[in-house]
Amino acid sequence: MPAYVPTTVEEVTRLLAEFPDAVLLAGGTDMMVEINDGRLRPAGVVVALDAVAQLRSWRHEPASGTLVIGAGVTYTELLRDPPAMLAPALAEASRTVGSPQIRNAGTLGGNLATCSPAGDGLPVLAALDATVTLASAAGRRELPVTEFMVGVKRTAREPGELITEITVPVVDGWQGYAKVGVRNAMVIAVATACLVVDRAGRTVRLALGSVGPTILRCPDAESSLAEAIDWETMTAEPDALSRFGELASAASRPITDHRSTAEYRRHAVGVLSARLARRAVGRTEVAA
Amino acid sequence: MSGEHFTLHVNGADREVRDSWLGESLLDVLRDRLGLVGAKGACEQGECGSCSVLVDGSLVCSCLVMAAAAVGRPIVTVEGLATPGAPTDVQQLFVDAGAVQCGFCTPGLVMAVHDLLDRVAQPTETQIREELAGNVCRCTGYGRIIDAVRQVAVARRDRTGSAP
Amino acid sequence: MTVVERPVDVRSGTIGTSPARPDGVAKAQGAFEFSSDISADGCLWGATLRSPHPHARIVAIDLSAAWKIDGVAAIVTAEDVPGVMHYGLISQDQPVFASEVVRFVGEPVAAVAADHPETCRRALDAISVTYEVLEPLLDPEAAVDGSFAPIHPAGNVIRHQRIVHGDPAATGDVVVEGTYEIGMQDQAFLGLEAALAIPDPGGGGVELHIATQWIHEDRGQLAACLGLPVEQVRLVLGGVGGAFGGREDISLQVHCCLLALRLSRPVRMAYSRAESFLGHVHRHPASIWMRHHATSDGELVKLEARFVFDGGAYASTSSAVLVNGVTMAQGPYRCPNAEVDGWAVRTNHLPCGAMRGFGAVQACFAYESQMDKLADACGLDPVEIRLRNAMRTGDELITGQPVLNVAPVERCIRDTDALPLPDEPVGGAVGPDGSVDAMKLPGGAGLTAEASDIVRGIGWGVSIKNLMYSEAFDDFSTARCRLADGVATLKFATAEVGQGFVTIAQQIARTILGVDEVRLDRIDTGIGSAGSTSASRQTWMSGGAVDAVCRAARERMFEAVGAAHGVEPVQLAVDGTDVVDTMGELRIPVAEATAGIEIDETVEYHHPPTEALDENGQGNCHTAFAFVAHRAVVDVDPTLGLVKVVQVATAQDVGRALNPLSVIGQIEGGIAQGLGLAVMEEIIQVDGEIRNGNFTDYLLPTFLDMPEVVATLIEEPDPHAPLGAKGVGEPPTISSTPAIVAAIRDALKQVDGVGKPLTRVPVRPADICL
Repeated sequence: MPAYVPTTVEEVTRLLAEFPDAVLLAGGTDMMVEINDGRLRPAGVVVALDAVAQLRSWRHEPASGTLVIGAGVTYTELLRDPPAMLAPALAEASRTVGSPQIRNAGTLGGNLATCSPAGDGLPVLAALDATVTLASAAGRRELPVTEFMVGVKRTAREPGELITEITVPVVDGWQGYAKVGVRNAMVIAVATACLVVDRAGRTVRLALGSVGPTILRCPDAESSLAEAIDWETMTAEPDALSRFGELASAASRPITDHRSTAEYRRHAVGVLSARLARRAVGRTEVAA
Repeated sequence: MSGEHFTLHVNGADREVRDSWLGESLLDVLRDRLGLVGAKGACEQGECGSCSVLVDGSLVCSCLVMAAAAVGRPIVTVEGLATPGAPTDVQQLFVDAGAVQCGFCTPGLVMAVHDLLDRVAQPTETQIREELAGNVCRCTGYGRIIDAVRQVAVARRDRTGSAP
Repeated sequence: MTVVERPVDVRSGTIGTSPARPDGVAKAQGAFEFSSDISADGCLWGATLRSPHPHARIVAIDLSAAWKIDGVAAIVTAEDVPGVMHYGLISQDQPVFASEVVRFVGEPVAAVAADHPETCRRALDAISVTYEVLEPLLDPEAAVDGSFAPIHPAGNVIRHQRIVHGDPAATGDVVVEGTYEIGMQDQAFLGLEAALAIPDPGGGGVELHIATQWIHEDRGQLAACLGLPVEQVRLVLGGVGGAFGGREDISLQVHCCLLALRLSRPVRMAYSRAESFLGHVHRHPASIWMRHHATSDGELVKLEARFVFDGGAYASTSSAVLVNGVTMAQGPYRCPNAEVDGWAVRTNHLPCGAMRGFGAVQACFAYESQMDKLADACGLDPVEIRLRNAMRTGDELITGQPVLNVAPVERCIRDTDALPLPDEPVGGAVGPDGSVDAMKLPGGAGLTAEASDIVRGIGWGVSIKNLMYSEAFDDFSTARCRLADGVATLKFATAEVGQGFVTIAQQIARTILGVDEVRLDRIDTGIGSAGSTSASRQTWMSGGAVDAVCRAARERMFEAVGAAHGVEPVQLAVDGTDVVDTMGELRIPVAEATAGIEIDETVEYHHPPTEALDENGQGNCHTAFAFVAHRAVVDVDPTLGLVKVVQVATAQDVGRALNPLSVIGQIEGGIAQGLGLAVMEEIIQVDGEIRNGNFTDYLLPTFLDMPEVVATLIEEPDPHAPLGAKGVGEPPTISSTPAIVAAIRDALKQVDGVGKPLTRVPVRPADICL
């Protein structure tokens, strides 16, 4: 039977070894759209991952200061504590994914595997310096998420490999996510940004979505803000915040399509970045 | 046709599915092969919620569930909520509150409202709006639907006598 | 003139109450049968092959590979159309299948029937069509000025209409002008096009179960294309999942019947969402220039306007949409002088036709934007400028037609103005920790802003809408009433598309006949036409027919009671559920009065005749009018260009609310569609090709986009309306759009004192912030 519903990672990797071209089905929220539209017709083998319990769990590892998220964990699960408390920006991003129905089905691993530049969870993983774990019959390997994401809907996953886990550092400091869409719910991102201010490491990390072929990190903006922050009070001058937004805009490489224009995306991602910085290190509680 | 044969557990009963093609959605299988047409298809992309069902107790768009991968998981459709002519409180208040016009989105919304009120007995207006945002209605502008949800919540609270 | 009867009681289920829909429980339980749910034993599936080019010559069609696919039962092209090759609502210019030239991306070229939708899909892929691509006509102005060679034998101008009224040389002290653009909106009814065709044994006819707005109009066009006598084509209304104008035209009707007749087997067809965007007409995109002249006090002196409606490849109802636009260019305001030119033209875009508001929507965005400009120029506020010009009963349109209906424009504005503004500040009530509810800010869960980034604006829109059909069209509706044993059975061909005519039909019968039980017969072509469920006309027209037929049945009942009890029928009346002698003691229940007798009446209700327009656009072309005012409150993020509509307040001229809950449903639903056009809904075509033909990218307002609506119903029963009730479906959609845009302008003006003109809808984020 060409649709397999394995229950362990080992079963999945065995199937992948046997059928390297097998289609992996996680929440289905991307793939079924392709199938329903006739753009994809699975001809050989489908391996459904829903029943793999190991993929559907998460764990907090205080020793390494990480949150390890199974690839099959849904956005709905990421919205709840403790994961939401450990990775608040990921929870914020998850809340913007589609609708409750989509969040109940869609998974973080699926988000990564599709690797759309508009993938809502991806800027968060990039800004958190997350690590992706892949398993195959040959073993396991790990790589930084920024190396995993190669281009528009292109990843470093090899045939025969399964995304099993995403490891996210639990950061001491502020983190937040912001997303612009043309509707107030259930909308594909026109521009997104995730900011992480790492108090312990005295570093800033900014990742942008929907403004390039894949998620972009912004080294210039990051260092500019890191230098401007008074790490004792965790504040920065307003000028530094707007400079941060300008550098984020400059780092973006947006296109014009039916969802928006390159000009607007570049502008919006700068505004989002500056506003995130204001939320993180602005001088007043409710910034002006 | 790839001739997939499998068994789904729908509304408490095992249902044989024969000659499904690989990749066929749960929505199409429910409607075209099992004769359960209560779930409606309106977008094929998970953007409208008309096809909402419960799989494993979780509200999902059945158009985005691959039927062959849903084996062994309990599925509840709108037909499984109540017997014909004996509507649930949500269904009856949808009708009474004017939340039904063309009715195409209604079965999906009824599934979503039951799911919401099972999780959050007394939702705020913002919660109602956010939790139902995946169900698009083109007729009502949502006002009477929100009113129906509120009325169900109040009626249930009054019935159980629990605190708000 | 009809005397409006107020119900003598508030008996449940009568006029003025809000009883439950008769189909409500079935709909809520998923048991109601929509056209997409209907199947038949042994039925095959049909599917349509469509053009990938906006303009091309068909060089060859090769079906051989498709025929070889197992399970393919029939393939039909233009050659297989037995009757007339073209259809259309006003002029028959659209081919059943393109034969020589395709004129839009998505035009049908062939149809197949097979054992399964998947087989159909493969068969369509296997049909090879050789096209010679032609240059497409994409600029409507090139159709107006004649610079592009005709893309259709009927030419590129579908209709030109000029209006000259009063003194065209008049001028005003204050002059404002602007050019406004309206994008192409989709009806986006949720229930996709679907039908089941069942051929008669022997092939002499066909029965079509179909979701449509006017089964008799479909039947006429269908019979002609099938080459069958009209009586051999029977239509049954399949459950309709919304319509909003998008089901007035033929879509899959002919294809489905053709395949069924060819195969002598039932065939069902169902469009996908992507196909639906190609398969029905849309709201016309339009470009409208207006120049208003006024006195320095803000009184309108003259209107000059130029309209160009892009009708797309085929005419559909473009000529009537154009007339609605130009004849209502003045809005609900007195305007003594006018010079207006309008064109509806053909291009290689998607065909356009009816959508809720029908030409009045486009005009209203332009004239209401102008009224705000005029208010600014005269130093008046938006309410005052509108009050100064508000039309009253007896005032003339720029067509010279007097508005004889109740015209409570001033009251619409004042009552709207009196409605409370939102009681919550930006972002809602501030929580104990100083936080606001992010879901109440523009951007919502995207967490794009703080409350301090947001500016709140208020804007106004007021509109006029013609009701029923215009321009000398003989508009009527038919109803039949059988009455026996205290039960009334109504039959009509009125398309129930969700609006709730089935509910008010029962209410009318209960009120007039004093019965509680009102059964509804199947909606089909087994009775005369009801006209279309469009133009806000069914409450008036089919309501009028049901009202009239129930009165006729009641007369028969009175005659029977009179004969049995020796009372003059004229003395009898219905009181509650009893027949009573108004001059005596007799009181018997209707059930008893109708026991053992069979009353069966059929009535056709016509509205008074209208006239065609002359070459100067003068004439009494419309039947009746309804009015509404909208006030929108919108929170705007001026830097990011995101908006959140916070509240829409409205006072609507409804004549009389036969079912107040249904009226509220129409108001809220109509405003949602107006909001969609204001800030998110647009079909985007690039080089004639649709880029967002799906619900991921064609955005409809969700629960989080639609605000609270506060509404007042203005009930001044219209003496011309059979029940005093005006149609209520379209007005909410018309002026909600400009009200929302005006609110955004108001917010932006607060930021820098200048603001932005925002002359195009939908308003995009970049229009606000860049």
